[in-house]
Amino acid sequence: MAEKDLLYNYSLHLADNSMILGQRCGEWCGHGPVLEQDIALTNIALDLIGEARSLYQLAAELKGGNANEDTVAFLRDVMAYKNVLLVEQPNYDWAYTIVRQFFYDVFHFYLHSELINSTEPRLSNIAAKSLKEVTYHLKWSSEWMIRLGDGTDISREKMQDAVNGLWEYTGELFMPSAIEQQAFEAGFAPDLNILKPLWQEKVEDILAESTLFIPENNYQQKGGKTGVHSEHMGYILADMQYLQRAYPGANW
Amino acid sequence: MEINLEEAFQKRIDDEIKIEPRDWMPEKYRKTLLRQISQHAHSEIVGMLPEGNWITRAPNLRRKVALLAKVQDEAGHGLYLYSAAETLGMSRDEMLNELHTGKAKYSSIFNYPTLTWADMGAIGWLVDGAAIMNQVPLCRASYGPYARAMVRVCKEESFHQRQGYEIMLTLCQGTPEQKAMAQDALNRWWWPSMMMFGPNDDNSPNSAQSTKWKIKRFSNDELRQKFVDVSVPQAEILGITIPDPDLKWNEARGHYDFGVINWDEFNQVVAGNGPCNKQRLKARVDAWEKGAWVREAAVAYAEKREKRNSNKENSNAA
Ligand SMILES: [Fe+2]
Ligand SMILES: [Fe+2]
Ligand SMILES: [Fe+2]
Repeated sequence: MAEKDLLYNYSLHLADNSMILGQRCGEWCGHGPVLEQDIALTNIALDLIGEARSLYQLAAELKGGNANEDTVAFLRDVMAYKNVLLVEQPNYDWAYTIVRQFFYDVFHFYLHSELINSTEPRLSNIAAKSLKEVTYHLKWSSEWMIRLGDGTDISREKMQDAVNGLWEYTGELFMPSAIEQQAFEAGFAPDLNILKPLWQEKVEDILAESTLFIPENNYQQKGGKTGVHSEHMGYILADMQYLQRAYPGANW
Repeated sequence: MEINLEEAFQKRIDDEIKIEPRDWMPEKYRKTLLRQISQHAHSEIVGMLPEGNWITRAPNLRRKVALLAKVQDEAGHGLYLYSAAETLGMSRDEMLNELHTGKAKYSSIFNYPTLTWADMGAIGWLVDGAAIMNQVPLCRASYGPYARAMVRVCKEESFHQRQGYEIMLTLCQGTPEQKAMAQDALNRWWWPSMMMFGPNDDNSPNSAQSTKWKIKRFSNDELRQKFVDVSVPQAEILGITIPDPDLKWNEARGHYDFGVINWDEFNQVVAGNGPCNKQRLKARVDAWEKGAWVREAAVAYAEKREKRNSNKENSNAA
């Protein structure tokens, strides 16, 4: 793959993760358990979509022609989205939301900690800006893991349920797609094998403090990175793309 | 004695000296303000729902981010206002309970549905616009915490208003379908926005007292007139038509004349029969009930941690 195509596709890996998780977080706006946390989660949505925008702008620049952040973000079908299955999982409740966020934040944090050293300056700049925000996201979700894991019997049960339900989507974070592998070899993407033990250690630490356990069944799902998504993804896109599809070419 | 306190209180108000939480105030002043500020706070958070409804469907990334930020601002307004109301002696949880049980009201405008993207434009332009008309004078309200909260709120509301108008302008300069969408939104939001100023002056029994206490500085009809006068040229720039056949410039008055408001509709919505009253309240109650275990766990965890810390201190001391 030509370097330009490779960077384009790799940017989409990063952008789609943040975009889809941002979309999920945005669904909470107005429905949070307490006003302060409604605001906090909306902040996270804003950061994630902000990061996605920078990456989509980069992708659009690489694509050239009439491409812009919106055509890249909105005008692909489900099989062309490269986000992991984890981020498209629904907001079943606050526990699922927090656990999903935490698993992703740990990954996102270590990823960007490496990506700031990317040989591609446009990626390292985006990572540097985003790392500050992600550091805060990780602090926020870690605190909620502990607070709810070690809160009441009910909250522990709900959190353990969410950990059990989401664990099978964590492995995919570290299974490199062909694009991620080539991007690593080309020098602008981190080695996912290096990130994995860092992620594992942090997750184990916080789960222990939260009095929660990693489930015994360690079977791991995959597919999102290569466009084989869960059924949820079609509905996310139906909402997200509705106006772009209904009024092609319109300005908003 | 009571009389002297009341006189001194009124004199402070007449002299434009702010009343602060620890100052003596008539019970009726406290109650009136508490009702008004808590209703305003409720309006901010119920008001998150009709627009929050479009976050996942915003037409592009720039609009999505702006809408998220706007709805988040409304949550922030709710926070400032609940805090201001708390200084009058009621907790946020108690106020929320009044909202959830239907005892407290919120602005009726939020009981109308958002059907298209143009509603995000119309709400910003007209609803935030009407809110600003109502609220700018409150920045000088006699009660200090309320006035200060309103200064922050109004700054952001005027940003929302410009943002909404800009959405409308983009639609009106877009395709014929987009312009029709904008016209449709104006048709649906115009009259409910006009109702945001409340009943006509001769039907507004509490206004005199609120004016005397400088909680209110302009009458409902004065503010409504100002809203019409400002909105008409804005609609002209957009090139869409305000749905009022009686709307015309009155040279003698120096104002626009406008048609009669459907007060029956207004009263029905206030009474709970608007198109979305039940859904809005249900959404708030659901969020509160589904969040109960989260709030309980947060309290339980904080208590546990406190206990562990004090145990640690005790053992250190020993
Ligand atoms: Fe407001
Ligand atoms: Fe507001
Ligand atoms: Fe607003």
